[in-house]
Amino acid sequence: MLCQECEKKPATLHFTKIVNGEKTEFHICESCARERGEGIPGTSNGFSIHSLLSGLMDFEPAGGVNTIGAKPQQQLRCDNCGLTYTQFSKMGRFGCSNCYTQFGSKLDPILKRVHGNTTHVGKIPKRTGVQIQIKREIEELRRELHQRIEQEEFENAAQIRDRIRELERNIADV
Amino acid sequence: MSKRSYVEEALSDWMRGNGPDSDVVISSRIRIARNLSGHPFPLLATTQQANDVMEQLTSVAESGKLNEHGQFETIKLSQLSELERRVLVEKHLISPNLANESRSGAVMLSENEAVSIMVNEEDHLRIQCLYPGFQVKEAWGLANRIDDIFEEVTDYAFDERRGYLTSCPTNVGTGIRSSVMMHLPGLVLTQQINRILSAVTQVGLAVRGIYGEGSEALGNLFQISNQITLGQSEGEIIENLHGVARQIIEHERAARQRLLDESRVRLEDRVFRSYGILSNAMIMDTKEASQRLSDVRLGIDLGLIRDVSPQVMNEMMVLTQPGFLQQVFREKMTPEQRDIRRAELIRNQLQRKTDHGGV
Repeated sequence: MLCQECEKKPATLHFTKIVNGEKTEFHICESCARERGEGIPGTSNGFSIHSLLSGLMDFEPAGGVNTIGAKPQQQLRCDNCGLTYTQFSKMGRFGCSNCYTQFGSKLDPILKRVHGNTTHVGKIPKRTGVQIQIKREIEELRRELHQRIEQEEFENAAQIRDRIRELERNIADV
Repeated sequence: MSKRSYVEEALSDWMRGNGPDSDVVISSRIRIARNLSGHPFPLLATTQQANDVMEQLTSVAESGKLNEHGQFETIKLSQLSELERRVLVEKHLISPNLANESRSGAVMLSENEAVSIMVNEEDHLRIQCLYPGFQVKEAWGLANRIDDIFEEVTDYAFDERRGYLTSCPTNVGTGIRSSVMMHLPGLVLTQQINRILSAVTQVGLAVRGIYGEGSEALGNLFQISNQITLGQSEGEIIENLHGVARQIIEHERAARQRLLDESRVRLEDRVFRSYGILSNAMIMDTKEASQRLSDVRLGIDLGLIRDVSPQVMNEMMVLTQPGFLQQVFREKMTPEQRDIRRAELIRNQLQRKTDHGGV
C-alpha cells in the first residue's frame, strides 16, 4: 500500500480514528508523518502518549455528560489545583491527586480504554492502607464463606464468619 | 562516589553484559511512579512547592534509610550542565523528561547505578531499578523494597479504587512500568520481527526504541514493557512481561541458529564486514555505529568473534552517543566532528579489546 499523502513511498503507519462511531483510516509513510508534525511512536519527534490520550478524551460516550441538564464540560474544574477538565483533556495529565475525585465521573471510560480496567487490584501502602487491606481481606473471606456454605462445610463457615466479624470490629476501631 | 564519576565513567553495572540470558537481553528495568498526597503534581507545582517535595524525598536518602540497598548520592539537576544531564540520560540513569527539569529536579543514585530515584519528574517520585540481563523479577523485588522505605515516612497519594494516583492516567493503579531491553538481530534479519512485535502489542505490552518513549529502535535494540498498570496486580504484570520476553528470547535464539545453519557465510560476511568497518572507518554516524555494533555483538554471541567481550559492545553503545562523546573528548562538537570522534573512539576501543577481558 502506498502512502496516501505522497503516493510514492510505502505506507508504514496505519491509524484508525473513530469519532462518534465514524471511522477514518490513515495510511502514511514515515517521512510524511514527520512532515505533518505527527511523528510516530518510537521515533524522535514522537506522536506522544499524551497527544494520543487527549484524542481519546475528546470522545464522549453516548448518553454521557453531554446529555441535557449535565454540567457543560468546560465548567468542570478541580477545586484543589484549579485544573479544568478541558485543560486535562488537552494535556492528558492531572494537576493533583484530587483531580481523580473531581473528574471522577468522566474517568471510567478513559481508564477503561487505556487499561481495559477501572479498579486497582495491586499493592496497597503498608502504613496508610491498613484499612483497605482489612477490607480486601474481608471481601476475600466473604467469598470463601459462600463457598463453604455451598459445600455445606458449616463448621469452617462459622470460623470464617467469626474472623470476618473480628476484622469488621478492627476497621471500626481504626 | 562523586557526581563526576556518574557522568564520566561509561560503565554502569547493567552494561557489563554478565546477567542471565545476556546474549539476548541487555537489561531489565522496573520503574515505580508515586506521588505525595496533598501536593500538586510537578507539572503544576510552583517552585516552592516542588522544592518542598524535593526536600521531603531527598531527606529519605540522607537519613540513611536506603543504606541496606547501597550508598546513595543525591544530585540536583541544577548542579549539572546540559551536557552532563544528557550523559545521565544516555546511561539510562535519568529520563529525558527529568533532564529538562533543571528547576526542582533531583536524582538519588546508588553507587553501582542499579538504583536511580528521580524526584519531580512527571511524578514526585520515580524509583528505577536497572539490572543487567534478564532479571525483571529481581529488579521488581528491589524496587518494591525501596518503595516500602519511602512509604514508611511519606504519605502517598493513594485511592482505594484507583490505586496509586499518578500525573498521567496511563500510570495509575500500580504505577509500575517493567521493561526489558532486547537485542533482536536474528528476528530482524529473518524478517520475523514485525510479526512478533505486533503479537506482543496484542497482549498488552508496548515496544519502543532504547531511549524510551519517542526514540528510534537503533541497532536492533527493542524495549518491551507493560502498557497496563490498572486492573492487574504487580505480580501479574511482571509475570506477563516475563513470559512474553522468555518466548522472544527463544525465538531470537532459534532465528540465530537458523541463520547459522542456512546462511552461515552470509552471516559471517555481515559480521566481519561490520567488524572491519568499525576497526578502520574514519567517519561513523550514530545510526551506522548502532547497526555495525549490533552485527559485531551478534558475532560475539554466536562465537564467530572470539577476541572481543560483549561488555565492550554494551559500553560502546553508550559511549558513542552524542552526549557521552562530547564528555569523553571534553569539547563541544558539530555533528560531523562527532562522527569523526566516534569512529576514532570505536577504533581505539577495538584495539584495546583484550584489556576488557576478551579471550
